[in-house]
Amino acid sequence: MIDLSINFGGIKAPNPFWLASAPPTNSGYQIMKAFEAGWGGAVWKTLGVPVVNVSSRYGSVNYRNTKMMGFNNIELITDRPLADNLREIEEVKKYFPDHAIIASLMVESRAEWEQIIKDVENAGADGIELNFGCPHGMCERGMGSAVGQNPEVLKTIVGWVKEAANIPVITKLTPNVSEIVVPGLAAFQGGTDSISLINTIKSIVGIDLETYAPYPIVDGKGTNGGYCGPAVKPIAMNMLKDLAQHPEIGKVPLSGIGGIETWRDVVEFILLGATSVQVCTAVMHYGFGIVREMEAGLIQFMEDKGYNTIYDFAGKALPNVTEWKHLNLKHKVVAEINPDKCIGCELCYISCDDGAHQAISLSDDPLNRIPSIIEENCVGCNLCSLVCPVEDCITMVQKDDGTEHTTWNERTLNDDIPVTFDDDRAGGKGHYVPKPTDALKSKR
Amino acid sequence: MAEYKKPTTEAEFNKNFKQKNPLMNDTEAYYEASRCLFCYDAPCIQACPTSIDIPLFIKQIHTDNVTGASKTIFDSNWLGNACGIVCPTGVLCEGACVYNHQDVPPIQIGRLQNYATNKTIDADKVIFKVGEPTGKKIAIIGAGPAGIACACEARTLGYEVDIFEAKEKPSGLTVYGIAPYKITNEEVLKEVDYLQKQLDFKIKYNTKINSKEELSSLEKKYDAIFMGVGLGKTRELGLEGENKENVIGAVEFVEELRMKHHKLKVPKNVVILGGGNTAMDAASEVARMGARKTVLAYRNSKEKMGAYGFEYDLAISAGVDSLFNVTPIAIKGDKKVEGVRFAKTEMVDGKLKTNINNTFIVRCDMVIMATGQAKQGHLYDLIDDLEIDEKTRIKTNDEFQTSNPKYFAGGDAINGGAEVVNAAYDGKMAAQGIHQWLTK
Repeated sequence: MIDLSINFGGIKAPNPFWLASAPPTNSGYQIMKAFEAGWGGAVWKTLGVPVVNVSSRYGSVNYRNTKMMGFNNIELITDRPLADNLREIEEVKKYFPDHAIIASLMVESRAEWEQIIKDVENAGADGIELNFGCPHGMCERGMGSAVGQNPEVLKTIVGWVKEAANIPVITKLTPNVSEIVVPGLAAFQGGTDSISLINTIKSIVGIDLETYAPYPIVDGKGTNGGYCGPAVKPIAMNMLKDLAQHPEIGKVPLSGIGGIETWRDVVEFILLGATSVQVCTAVMHYGFGIVREMEAGLIQFMEDKGYNTIYDFAGKALPNVTEWKHLNLKHKVVAEINPDKCIGCELCYISCDDGAHQAISLSDDPLNRIPSIIEENCVGCNLCSLVCPVEDCITMVQKDDGTEHTTWNERTLNDDIPVTFDDDRAGGKGHYVPKPTDALKSKR
Repeated sequence: MAEYKKPTTEAEFNKNFKQKNPLMNDTEAYYEASRCLFCYDAPCIQACPTSIDIPLFIKQIHTDNVTGASKTIFDSNWLGNACGIVCPTGVLCEGACVYNHQDVPPIQIGRLQNYATNKTIDADKVIFKVGEPTGKKIAIIGAGPAGIACACEARTLGYEVDIFEAKEKPSGLTVYGIAPYKITNEEVLKEVDYLQKQLDFKIKYNTKINSKEELSSLEKKYDAIFMGVGLGKTRELGLEGENKENVIGAVEFVEELRMKHHKLKVPKNVVILGGGNTAMDAASEVARMGARKTVLAYRNSKEKMGAYGFEYDLAISAGVDSLFNVTPIAIKGDKKVEGVRFAKTEMVDGKLKTNINNTFIVRCDMVIMATGQAKQGHLYDLIDDLEIDEKTRIKTNDEFQTSNPKYFAGGDAINGGAEVVNAAYDGKMAAQGIHQWLTK
């Protein structure tokens, strides 16, 4: 029997699908609608000091026929009165006592933190999320990412909050740092119950070619916004991995955020150690109903694999994510083109010839558009299989017998560091590289 | 099978002759363009008679550089807009699209091309420059696609150009001879107008070059002459009753239809003779004009028809019936057509034999002969040393120069009847040939 319920560092929810603190969690109306649609939890749009917002707030990156592949915003924390938010938290909790409501908070002084924690606890919030990530507006006032980027301040504030709070505390981190482990460790040492990441990334999504202003444009000017959406998922997953693999930080539950839109994204985040996921952009694009696809896909995956809870597979990819120096230098794959599937676009040829290792050739017969792999030149880089528009037409085939294993780390330890360029593998010694002037010979 | 009501107004006519390749809107173009794979050494370019850099212009449409896309198109084909609409793309660029090998619909290249050029033409965007004047002059006979393309190219090379056109409108068959559901007169004329405004060549309408004196005068005044004269009237078959009232050539029928629209009278029962693309066009048009019975009759089997499969399908879908392996032996009737007597044919030892003992009559009120056009042989006879081949086509070398060095030629006059795109290519290349010859 599949049970999607979670206990995330003391916060219980019927499933791991949470709404991130953002415009979709701006009101009790929206959160009730979301819970009705199937979301298991919601992080309320950040409560804090009074703010004034600008008009024109979101910008997007469209790619090919995909709208909002990347998305950014310059909106601040909630501009609705605190009392209204608190009253609505209480009301939603009455209707949905088993769903998780987490109050995202952002204030400055210790006294303010203590007061607002008391307020949300009284309203019935199940947990607190500390917004140390907002990269625009609030940071200019010494809050948001200004805190997340300063480990000492971060640790101090987490300490204040933990002392004052009776409910679990999640610390939300900004990705606008060079090493995510540094603020992660500060939050851990401050005593946080759990960590969520990533907040948005500082970004400019585009420039208007008429006015030369960055999007979103506010009266002819713009500013860096917070980037999110599918485009940021790889960055988020890498940071999640960094925390999950850390011997200390990895002990606290991690909530994954960043471009999650489908069940596959959810499973990947869980495999990298997340035990709740938070979603914003996908909802801003498609509405709360998107959770149906996530839930159905997650259940199907768990049924297929025989898992009962998400804890059965949480973190299962972590042992396979290692450092480059531990990769097997004896492993060898070579591309293979299935001529029955090839449609003759020759993108593999040109991408390899111009963009990689000159390991694909064309037939001399112009009517035969099926390229051939030059096996001795193929370094197994995958590029051709990535550009090929046909499913399973180019596959990477293992050529070593799997018996040999050497890593850079082992070679270093054995004092076997190369001093000449004489590696006998493809790409090294014996790799055929055309002469520079061959570029001027017209092929086809 | 469609049933068409006889159109009595222009609106009804337009409904019956609904555009086969309607203009794309911005969204459709954006999404369609996004599907292009940007193939290396793209098969669509190879399949285009004018070698338009198709992946490039599609990418330009997708990045909202429509002017750039149009420039890419016109740089290869001066009639890029018309060709985007009337080209048989299914057997050319779109037929070569690699998506066909994946059972995915090919990119709608023709419609994307038309989307870009139409926008640029409507915006009257200036994208061409007249070349540095050479002080030399070229006369062009015929303002069809070959002549227009030759004029445009010659202007960019710095030549003065005068076109002599027998009819009152430019574009030749594009305006007079192509089925109205493929392209409208407005679309054709606005492209020529657009080109003419920027490149400033002159067209003398209603000026048929028809005599030795006229030709000698052109030879004296101009440094080179381009013949884009196309083909002539429908060839006579020498059939009994061929001169009866309501026996009309297909080219003449289509021309009348293109000019008169719903005002053209088409009777109830019509027989079309022929198996080429013109026959399909004429049959389809008759059906769309509300004829009760439209019968297409071809002397050989369906497989032997010269028409593209899609053209035949289009005629059938308009409600045309077809007869194969029948040959007309006489047109019956008093003064007017009342029917056609056909004889059955069959293949014997690779030759088509008529069985004169097996005949039948199809009753009809009109016969349209789509049995080929005559060549402009009378004109060719007036030009000194002009070599023509056994099919009365003008012979040219690779530079489109005829055996009389002052004369160049292209289009239907040299290929015996092909697509607009072939004529556009010939005209452009002939101008380059003239330039090479005059600067030698």
